[in-house]
Order: sequence, then structure tokens, then C-alpha cells
Amino acid sequence: MTVAQEIITIALCALATMLTRFIPFLVFRTNKPTPKYIRYLGKALPAAIFGMLVVYCLKNVTILTGNHGLPELLTICLVVLLHLWKRNMLLSILGGTVCYMLLVQIVF
Amino acid sequence: MSANEKKKKQDMIKKAFLCAFPKTIPIMMGFLFLGMSYGIYMKVSGFSFIYPLCMSVVIFGGSLEFVAVAMLLGSFAPLQTFLMALMIQARHLFYGISMLEKYKGTGWKKPYLIFGLCDESFSVNCSTEVPEGVEKSWFYFFVTMLNQVYWVIGATVGGILGSFIRFNTEGLDFVMTAMFVVIFLEQWLKEKKHYTALIGVLVSAVCLLVFGAESFLIPTMVCILCLLTVFRKPIEKAGGLS
Repeated sequence: MTVAQEIITIALCALATMLTRFIPFLVFRTNKPTPKYIRYLGKALPAAIFGMLVVYCLKNVTILTGNHGLPELLTICLVVLLHLWKRNMLLSILGGTVCYMLLVQIVF
Repeated sequence: MSANEKKKKQDMIKKAFLCAFPKTIPIMMGFLFLGMSYGIYMKVSGFSFIYPLCMSVVIFGGSLEFVAVAMLLGSFAPLQTFLMALMIQARHLFYGISMLEKYKGTGWKKPYLIFGLCDESFSVNCSTEVPEGVEKSWFYFFVTMLNQVYWVIGATVGGILGSFIRFNTEGLDFVMTAMFVVIFLEQWLKEKKHYTALIGVLVSAVCLLVFGAESFLIPTMVCILCLLTVFRKPIEKAGGLS
């Protein structure tokens, strides 16, 4: 690739990203009332998206081979318990990360 | 503006920053690490640090930037590049729809808030109840800006140092997963009914099994949209949508 072609490739990636981020705001301008269906989606979607993001993070975990996703499963259990116990976001996230690092580096 | 007003405004901005920063600490860890991995990957693929620097500024979307390295190494295929980027980034459409109301009235900051609406900025800004007395638009702005600063620094440092960095960071990327788990859990505890959360998890899991890790996101989004539309009446009737 020439430098110009590289710049075009990067620009296209940026353009595609911006399109997906800006389109909802351009279609539903603030000066007009947002349609009820879209407002409903705005409220119903976040919980579904957070669920999707968790699965997205775990997409490369192999259940049938390797360590069968055990480090991920154990760590997520710990994160949930820690969070239900102390309800402190930072503690739950950092505790989980340290636990996962120990598990993949030492145990598995 | 009088000196008094100016002071008041500065205090307000400072307050928003102090409220936003702690929320971004897990992202700081994740982004510095992932950004560096990305910078190193570009460096060992033969690119100067200018590339990760510019790409992290203008694209600011982790998964696409990793894929873009492979695109740059391949032959020039603009249409394919554009379509692939659209597919990888399509989930942002959902973020926009969810933030339409929250980003109302954010003034001149709005274009930047939308520009920087990555997974992590969306998650924090969507799930945080901004405390009373903290200016919302500044809170959203600092979360978005700090996240991008972490990512750009990580990518650039990685690109400069390349593979000189050697320390055992295996598993550190789990910080992002842990954060999404906690945000999901917070959302779960906040709502009375869990229909939409369950739809999200189950549909994603089924689509992952059916379509595989590389191409499950688009079918997942379509299915979530269909289910939320078909079951709109019962979901709204059950209430609990905040």
C-alpha cells in the first residue's frame, strides 16, 4: 500500500465509526420529539447491551477444550460475590482482575 | 463574567472532574494495557508510532483498530474496508439510541460526546446516576475525554517502545470484562424486572454458539431488536424500565 492508500484506509475506518455513532443523533434531532418507540428502545436497550458486552468479552473462551473457561467462570463468581458484599465498583473490578491474573499465570 | 462567577464555574468543572475520574480508573488500567498491546502490535507489524497515535485519535475504537492493522498490511480494498468497519462498529447505533435523552442539552460538548462514544464511555455514562449538584454535561465530557486520553497514551507508548516492554501482564485485559460484569450487575440490581437483561445475555450466547466469535454481533443485534419490539407491550407493562 502507498501512504495515500493507507490514509484512505484509516479515514474509511474513522468514517464508518463516526457514522455508527452519529446516525441516531442525526436521525432523531433534539428539536423534534423523539418517537415513542425509539424512547422505549432507549430505555430497554441498555440492560440488553450490557449483557451483550459481557458475552462479547468472553467470546474467545473455549468451554470444551483448554481450561474449559474455568478461570473466567471462577473470577466472574468472585466479582459478583465481592460486588454484592461491598457494592464497591473499583474493589470488585480490581479484585476480579488480580484473581484472574493469578489464576491464568499460576494455577492454569 | 465577574471574578466571582468565573470562580464558581471553575469549581463546578472541578467537581465534575473529581466525580468522573474515579469512574474511569478501571478503564485507565484496561486502556493503557490494551492500547499498549495495540501499539506494540503495530510496531512489530512495521508501522511507526505515528500510526497508532493518529488512529487512536481519529478512530477511537479498540476492536476496529486491531482489525485495521491487518487491513493496512493487506492490499488496498476501500469498499471491503468500509463495509467491514461498519459491521464491526454497528453496535454503536444502539449506544446512540440509548443516549439520545441523556445527551440532550449538553451544548458544545455534544459532538465530542458522540464522537467518543466507545463501549466503555457508553457503559459508564449510561449506567452512572450523576450525583445531585454535579453538572451532567461536564461529567460525561470528562469520562469520554479521559478514556480517549488513556487509549491514545497507551497506543502511542506501545508504538514507541515496541517489544522492549517485557513484564508478565497475562490476564490484565480481564479488567474490561470485570468492569462490564459489574455494570451489568448494577443494572440488574437497579431494575425490578430482568426481561431485557436476560434477552441480552441469552440472545448473545445463542448467537455466539450458532454464528461463532467472529460474526455473532450483527445477528445478536437484530435478534435483540426483534425481541424487544415483539415483546414491547409485556415489557412496558411489567414496568421497571428506568
